[in-house]
Amino acid sequence: MKHPIETAAEQIRATAAEATETLNLGGAWPAGLPLETVILLTLAVIGVVAVTLVAGIPIVLVLMERKVSAYFQNRLGPTRVGPWGLLVTLADGIKLIFKEDMVPPSSDKKLFRLAPYVVFASSFAVVAVIPPFQSTVIGNMDLGLFLYLAISSLIVLGIIMAGWASNSKYSLFGALRAAAQIVSYEIPLGLAVLMIVMTTGTLNMQHLVMDQADGIHAWYMFRHPFLFIGAFIYFISAVAEVNRTPFDLPEAESEIVAGFHTEYSGIRFAYFFLAEYANAFIVSAICATLFMGGWAAPFPFLSGVPGVVWFLGKTMFLVFIMMWFRWTLPRVRVDQLMSVCWKYFLPISFVNILGAGVLALLEREELGAQLGGTFLSADAISWIAFPFVLAILGWIAHQGTEPVSRSS
Amino acid sequence: MAAPTKALRTDEMVLSMGPQHPSTHGVLRLELKTDGEVVEEAIPHIGYLHRNFEKHAESLPYFQIIPYTDRMDYIAAMNNELGFVLAVEKLLELGGKPIEIPEKAQYIRVVVCEMNRIASHLIAFGTYGMDIGALTPFLYAFRDREAILGLFEDICGARLLYNYIRFGGVSRDLTPDFHHKLRRFLSKFEKNIDTYNTLLTNNKIFLERTKGVAVVSVDKAIQYGWTGPNLRGSGMKWDLRKDEPYSIYDRFDFEIPVGETGDCWDRYKVRMDEMRESVRIVRQALDQMEEKGLLDDPNYAAKVSAKLRPPVGEVYYRTETPRGDLGFYIQSDGTNVPSRIKVRSPCFTALSAMRELSRGLLVADIIAIIGSIDIVMGEIDR
Repeated sequence: MKHPIETAAEQIRATAAEATETLNLGGAWPAGLPLETVILLTLAVIGVVAVTLVAGIPIVLVLMERKVSAYFQNRLGPTRVGPWGLLVTLADGIKLIFKEDMVPPSSDKKLFRLAPYVVFASSFAVVAVIPPFQSTVIGNMDLGLFLYLAISSLIVLGIIMAGWASNSKYSLFGALRAAAQIVSYEIPLGLAVLMIVMTTGTLNMQHLVMDQADGIHAWYMFRHPFLFIGAFIYFISAVAEVNRTPFDLPEAESEIVAGFHTEYSGIRFAYFFLAEYANAFIVSAICATLFMGGWAAPFPFLSGVPGVVWFLGKTMFLVFIMMWFRWTLPRVRVDQLMSVCWKYFLPISFVNILGAGVLALLEREELGAQLGGTFLSADAISWIAFPFVLAILGWIAHQGTEPVSRSS
Repeated sequence: MAAPTKALRTDEMVLSMGPQHPSTHGVLRLELKTDGEVVEEAIPHIGYLHRNFEKHAESLPYFQIIPYTDRMDYIAAMNNELGFVLAVEKLLELGGKPIEIPEKAQYIRVVVCEMNRIASHLIAFGTYGMDIGALTPFLYAFRDREAILGLFEDICGARLLYNYIRFGGVSRDLTPDFHHKLRRFLSKFEKNIDTYNTLLTNNKIFLERTKGVAVVSVDKAIQYGWTGPNLRGSGMKWDLRKDEPYSIYDRFDFEIPVGETGDCWDRYKVRMDEMRESVRIVRQALDQMEEKGLLDDPNYAAKVSAKLRPPVGEVYYRTETPRGDLGFYIQSDGTNVPSRIKVRSPCFTALSAMRELSRGLLVADIIAIIGSIDIVMGEIDR
């Protein structure tokens, strides 16, 4: 049996040969160039184009953040560069590119140089699995969701590299905080995603959206209460994953200056900066895709509107909520951060998994009807039970929240 | 925070926080001995903003010292000026050469000092929000502070270092529309305080971060010589404006807000409540000025000779600045320059407790403490 990569290479070779023939480039093609090189070059060009397009997202988000923060704070925000300050991010980018690329003399230079690319690449690679509209997804694969979880976990590796290689204590603090935080919040986040998989039985992002395409009632968020709670847990964990307020401890300015990227400047800093906004976009996009129907219209009569509008609309709404958090809330302390994750989110997630599992089982085995659910589906019963469950959970969460007196 | 288990041996890391750090409120340097996130000791190092005020003042005529007092606590310059000016006036009085201060000047002094108290507490509120991680309150606080600075600019031309309060009165008269503008500001500002309380004071995360952190009992606060909002945060009702009324503070009716437990939140809350009381005082002062027909009175300063020579003697005079008791000790040898000036700084005593307060807390708590004791390095280092 052939290795899958070999099969893929053969397919690519065949397509490329076909394309060369169709475009009638036979003569014009540099004769000495082997086909593999041509394929590599083509892929490189596609890659550059794709990354450039994706890099446009953070550029828009940076402007959005500046404008949103300005309006939250009674300011106008950028107004000078371009109409309504539209080009200000571009100006920032140009400034950052021309700045000196400082590498601290006492740093681990190789790691220091490498770290921004690890963060940048792993956050941008995730875009491949997100379906922005009906027909297209860069990497339409059956393991899409899994790939997202796998690649996004690599970001923390880059952050630790940056913090360690800088050989600065503030950076080290930032990196350690990031490691603890991101690894912890990966668990409730993963469990929330797992619920989706249990309910639907697929990891393919495009299939997940198609399953929700009927309208707002079909969104996973509103399928049953456990998924509803799961959506919130996912979103809040995602905010923690991308280090945004109130969980921005790894780069808490008032405590550890700029955290893991304290020592970075110029274009390398820009990579962290872009990756941060790309991450915010990506987790929002995944949340919109998983829980809010992705590109699907919320109501059937609106299905004429292009899917990408819905996709971007939902994603930007979630991004806006993140910005809202950032410009409203203070920052939690490191022990509070951990206790939120391990004491509240994790147990709730397990209960959620249990509940979602029971409901999925009832649906699959059609046990609901046998158990007396002749009038109501299992989902409807669970919705009725939801307020009680919430009350109990609220009561549990309320226990032990009294601040402990810590005197000198 | 539970102490880390001793089974795993860890080395302590010394983290030099400051003098260039976003939240050390100026140029404070803290030497943190940390075990992971836990701070075992925080040793404050001061002196980065030392400008030799006390020695410098020994070679300056009394008039020229006033601008230097501005530069001590540059956030509440009016209050510093008042302290120094009152001390010198007291010295003259003790020496049998009292200055008759016009009634209008007395009121103007109280009005500008209380407004400066509000401006100073606004900075404390805004930067404390920043320290805890909320960036927006800072901008809101500065919006209101901006209005106050605008009013100060109207009356004396300066926005930060005023050199406004002089021996025998103030340097310039109020502008004709000053009291209208001030009343407009006050009514708007009172509503804003409610907004700030909603936005930050009662925010759940903010409460979690500040409640129960660095609790200081009344006894300990007194032992450390704490004064002002820090002492009142611990629950002691001590305010020189009430307990040792200076200037004309005995003519106003106001409350002294105190905290309950003496944690960071209480110290912060005392300042928020004090802003309301300052608004009350300014309102009463304006009303009394109107009643007495002082607004149109051109007499805002007594004539004082430029070559002021207080008689031989010494004086210690203290006033309530936004940060606590600011005391001036002045020794005169009968010439036009003082032979010795010593300042008792409230921030210095507040900071001295840092080492004890920070033991065993987290790095983030250190920031919360610095913000809650509201230090200004210009006054500590002088």
